[in-house]
Amino acid sequence: MNLSLLPLLQQLVLVLAALVLFLSFVLLAQNRLISAIHAFAWQGALVAAVTTVVAATGHIHHLYFSAALTLGLKALLIPWMLHRLVRRLELERHTESLQSPTLVTMGAVALVIFSYWLVLPMIQEELTFTRNIVAISLAVVLIGLLMMVFRTQAVAAVLGFMSMENGLFLAAVSATGGMPLVVELGVAFDVLVAMVLFGVFFLQIRESIDSLDVDRLNRLRETPSEIRGENQ
Amino acid sequence: MNALTLVLVTPLLGALILGLIRPPPLAGWFNLGVSALSLGAALWLAWSVALVSDAPGDLIGPNAGPTASLIAGSITGAISGDIAGMPFRVDAFNVYLVVLTAFVALTTSIFSRPYMAYVLEIGRIGPRRMRTYHSMYQLFMFTMLVALTTDNLGVMWVAVEGATLATVLLVSLYRTPEAVEAAWKYFILCGVGIALALFGTVLTYFAAQQVIADPAAGLNWSTLYAEAGRLEPAVMRLAFVFLLVGYGTKVGLVPMHQWLPDAHSEGPTPMSAVLSGLLLNVALYAVVRLKMLVDGSLAHTAAPHLAGNLLMGFGLVSFLVAGLFLHRQRDIKRMFSYSSIEHMGLMTFGFGLGGPLATFGALLHMLVHSLTKSAIFVTVGHATHIAGTQAIEQIRGLIRTQPTVGWSLLIGVAAIAGFPPFGVFMSEFLLLTATMKTAPWFTLALLSGLAVAFAGLFRHLHPMVYGIPPEGQQPVSANMIPVAIHLTLVLWLGLAIPAFLANWLDRATGLITGARLL
Repeated sequence: MNLSLLPLLQQLVLVLAALVLFLSFVLLAQNRLISAIHAFAWQGALVAAVTTVVAATGHIHHLYFSAALTLGLKALLIPWMLHRLVRRLELERHTESLQSPTLVTMGAVALVIFSYWLVLPMIQEELTFTRNIVAISLAVVLIGLLMMVFRTQAVAAVLGFMSMENGLFLAAVSATGGMPLVVELGVAFDVLVAMVLFGVFFLQIRESIDSLDVDRLNRLRETPSEIRGENQ
Repeated sequence: MNALTLVLVTPLLGALILGLIRPPPLAGWFNLGVSALSLGAALWLAWSVALVSDAPGDLIGPNAGPTASLIAGSITGAISGDIAGMPFRVDAFNVYLVVLTAFVALTTSIFSRPYMAYVLEIGRIGPRRMRTYHSMYQLFMFTMLVALTTDNLGVMWVAVEGATLATVLLVSLYRTPEAVEAAWKYFILCGVGIALALFGTVLTYFAAQQVIADPAAGLNWSTLYAEAGRLEPAVMRLAFVFLLVGYGTKVGLVPMHQWLPDAHSEGPTPMSAVLSGLLLNVALYAVVRLKMLVDGSLAHTAAPHLAGNLLMGFGLVSFLVAGLFLHRQRDIKRMFSYSSIEHMGLMTFGFGLGGPLATFGALLHMLVHSLTKSAIFVTVGHATHIAGTQAIEQIRGLIRTQPTVGWSLLIGVAAIAGFPPFGVFMSEFLLLTATMKTAPWFTLALLSGLAVAFAGLFRHLHPMVYGIPPEGQQPVSANMIPVAIHLTLVLWLGLAIPAFLANWLDRATGLITGARLL
């Protein structure tokens, strides 16, 4: 596949998508919560930029609307809500490093290779653009998953979740020219409600274990050491 | 206003109004009323589907060749229509689940009214959370009904995710550390799972765009089904893996089941009844619909039964693993959650096996499992109130303290374990027969799994029901009407399936497999 033969706008989309993937790595390795939220906001803005470019290339008008929606939701509203929560929970100075950053980063690299391995045989060779973009989106989704597994801090796990959504949106926009509008609105609505619920949960978790370290949520096991009473 | 609109609008309006009603007793009654109205609407919908279902063309599947697939586009006795710009489509398969959902929602709301009043009285929750509870109860019903009736795969995804969002606050309703932990796990695991399902949906849409001209119709299941033979097999294969893992998380398939026992055991008991009895069915429904698409797409490739084989694998593993886990449980609600995983595994296996007999058995099993399992959870709710705990070791002598609860638990467990006169026996028997016909070696695994599960249930049940009650154990005021109705129905289905129901399930079988049983 020769990328330089693609139309310029498609090349631009690929560059932007590559940056989205890069920000996934930044998110994964970022120790400070506030910086991670900023990285996430940039990722959302890039996805919105991709959407705009795709809308301009294909003259798909409803995508302009999606772009505005993504920008508003992923780059502004959700980061703002997270920011506010972090301040309210007094976690601004909270830093938390991965147990073994090198290993996790290598794992993320392996996931990128895995995504390409999975996607390449699936789509015909003529669709160079689609192949790349689907593979990148899948990698973003999987790295989000990795982040949720290895980050024990609840806010960081939520960032992983939201960056998975970014990957999904990237796939929907660039490989298929956007899902039907009603679906996109529904997904955006679900993401927003999920964010509000996450906020509620931070407070509930904080109240119950006095920390946001979800590794300490470990009371429910297969055979609890003591029988819990009074729990109907 | 047609039946479908009424089915969807009733719970939605109910949820909005219940969000405003302050006095808890009134809200309890109102919740019951809304559920009753929903059931009425669902029956009306079923009736109108029954009227059109006799149209010819029921037997045309996507495998019938390109010429036939054009006719199949106008498929098979379904009611379709647009509500608020979204396509909906109701046929024998989903209308049966709609009626089941509305029915169990009604009986559970009958149980939930005095139960939640008691919970309020002993101060576990306050009036505000009570309002959340009732409002979310109806919202949950709304999302499930949308997921069942919509024709659009994207809307289906949104609705299934919406069902998670509606129930997650209910799981943490009691705000104990365990409940919050269970809800967090539920939220995160199902969120991740469902995100993967969205990726699968995007891939399906991508495959659809290569063959379907109108982009707006590219996610409509009926359009896709008509064109299934032309969808790119390589893309659909990958899409199905994502969709299966995604929706499979919500079905509770092992190894994505981790959230299920926690969520089902820590939430309020009426919630456990509807989660176990209904939500799992909705997720499985989504998987089956998608399997129909993938089967059409893969029909002419080297591995045409890939989707079925995957379902059989996941189903069998869930069935066996959950059966073993039954033995280790020390919490009564966790135990019955594992029993749900086991039965969902069996149904998944049945749908994976394919063929009219297995599909008919799996459909019947969905029905009897929902009825039995929600009856059991209702009984368990009363049992935990009698004993004041969920720990199996401390629940003793139910029959002596309160015979109705004790006997209901005994009969319910006998039914779910597959004892002869009950409906579960019938459906399991059908599934076993189908297995012997098409994949005889699996019969051995199924039989031993059933035996293991049976032993797991009864070793815990025996002391709970017959043991010596602790001093001072008092009966509670129990409303056993829902349990009696459900268990009677299950018994009836075991003795004689009424002709109209058999015909109905058979029609659904025809839709799924392209061939009818009767």
